[in-house]
Amino acid sequence: MSVLTLDNASRWYGNVVAVNGISMSVRPGVTGLLGPNGAGKTTLIALMAGFLAPSAGTVTLDAEQVWRHTDVYRTIGLVPERELSFGYLTGRQFVRANAELHGLVEPGAATERALATVEMVEPAERRIGTYSKGMRQRVKLASALVHDPAVLLLDEPFNGVDPRQRLHLMTLLRQMGVEGRTVLFSSHILEEVEQVARQIEVVVSGRHAASGDFGQIRRLMTDRPVQYVVVCDDDRGLAGALIAEPSVVAVSLRRGGGVEVSVSDFGSFAVRLPVVARGHRIRILELTPTDESLESVFAYLVGG
Amino acid sequence: MNTTILRLSAQALLGRRRGVVLVLIPAVLVVLAVVVSILTDDEIGYESVANLGFTLALPLVALLAATAVLGPEVDDGSIVYLLSKPVSRHVIARSKYAVAWAATMVLGALPLVVVGLVLDASQPRQALAWGLGAAVAGTAYTALFLGLAAVTRHAVVIGLLFVLIWEGVLGTAFAGVRWAAIGGWGREVAGEISPLVPVVGTGVTYAVVAAALVSVGSLWFTGDRLRSFTLRGDE
Repeated sequence: MSVLTLDNASRWYGNVVAVNGISMSVRPGVTGLLGPNGAGKTTLIALMAGFLAPSAGTVTLDAEQVWRHTDVYRTIGLVPERELSFGYLTGRQFVRANAELHGLVEPGAATERALATVEMVEPAERRIGTYSKGMRQRVKLASALVHDPAVLLLDEPFNGVDPRQRLHLMTLLRQMGVEGRTVLFSSHILEEVEQVARQIEVVVSGRHAASGDFGQIRRLMTDRPVQYVVVCDDDRGLAGALIAEPSVVAVSLRRGGGVEVSVSDFGSFAVRLPVVARGHRIRILELTPTDESLESVFAYLVGG
Repeated sequence: MNTTILRLSAQALLGRRRGVVLVLIPAVLVVLAVVVSILTDDEIGYESVANLGFTLALPLVALLAATAVLGPEVDDGSIVYLLSKPVSRHVIARSKYAVAWAATMVLGALPLVVVGLVLDASQPRQALAWGLGAAVAGTAYTALFLGLAAVTRHAVVIGLLFVLIWEGVLGTAFAGVRWAAIGGWGREVAGEISPLVPVVGTGVTYAVVAAALVSVGSLWFTGDRLRSFTLRGDE
């Protein structure tokens, strides 16, 4: 059981602050690091993996500094976002090299075990250069798992992986969390994180925007003023009816038809809209959120 | 030394296109020596081919070898797979150096002995002198270029400029530069073995000590840079 702790960790490059005073503890189980592209997720993982010095604050693994301390890699397994460039090696050779570098007693057996875990035994004799994106991702995971690490850090592990392999990877990660490993992975997709992680840490513009289990984060992201456009057969009738609803903050009519609704509480609006429409015999043809992009959700979370 | 790193570095050196260029340089040099020995019969031919091999081919081989074992992996960040291991980064640096050094000796220094023998088989001591001088210079070149590859992704270009301008033009044009030119140190050693090799006059002790300092210093620096290796995102 290992705990990775960031205490007020910051990292800046000149005037640009990539990570801004983040404190968090990554505990056994699966943690999802969620944030839009460019939020500083990779920087944060680099800090955790000892591949970046914090400009201020500390990053420790079980009370030991991570930076410039190669012994932490006995405990940490890292799956970087970077592509494997060892195209001239076979999958087996590459994983085996990793096993040897860890100084394992039986590198051959460890290699086969890791390859079996990611279901890459059969293509392991082929060169990495011939692998698909998903296969390379799994070989990277095998190389990080070969020494049976207590901590596993993965940077965007699902990027570019086809849906079937994605499901497989997700099952693997969940399983490792259940086994008591400390697993942290980054993603910019909420649904992805929700499916795997119990604990979610949200990072936006280098700041720690939110932290909690997926239920809390989901609520944070949905219980916020949202704009919708409703297209129906009686715009004025619907507008009049909706303004009486407590969950509705503002209503306006669109020039080309349709009603714009600002909603403060999405949960009750979702329940009330069909009831109101039916009560007034209005037929709803279309309901579209106008700012559902993840960026706007994140912007809301940091109060932007 | 770490045998796994040695093996991977050797594969990186030989498994890519760079390996072909590495073999091509000494091959061209030897062919040139054969042609010159057939066409001419005097000292000038020997001088110019040996000079070419010593001031150009040798540092080029060292540069290509040193950057091949470290450069691409640092460039694309895939060296993290080697560095995220409980292996001392100084050991990694030394292992990579060992492979690059071996390549420089076999493809940079040894061909100079061959070239010497081809041009004048009656003077084996002179050929050996060129070879040993090249070994000393090559040892320092390889370490210096490895350190360069650890700090910048433009190691090949900077190394090339260093070889052509500092070692090539300035080293012969200005007397002061010879104290700080690796090629000169190698010549000094060669001159000590055979009086037929022209020396630059820094004294053989200075030359050997300077070459050793540059080698050890660069190697330590490489290991230290690897200890501070920073992973950057694409963002």
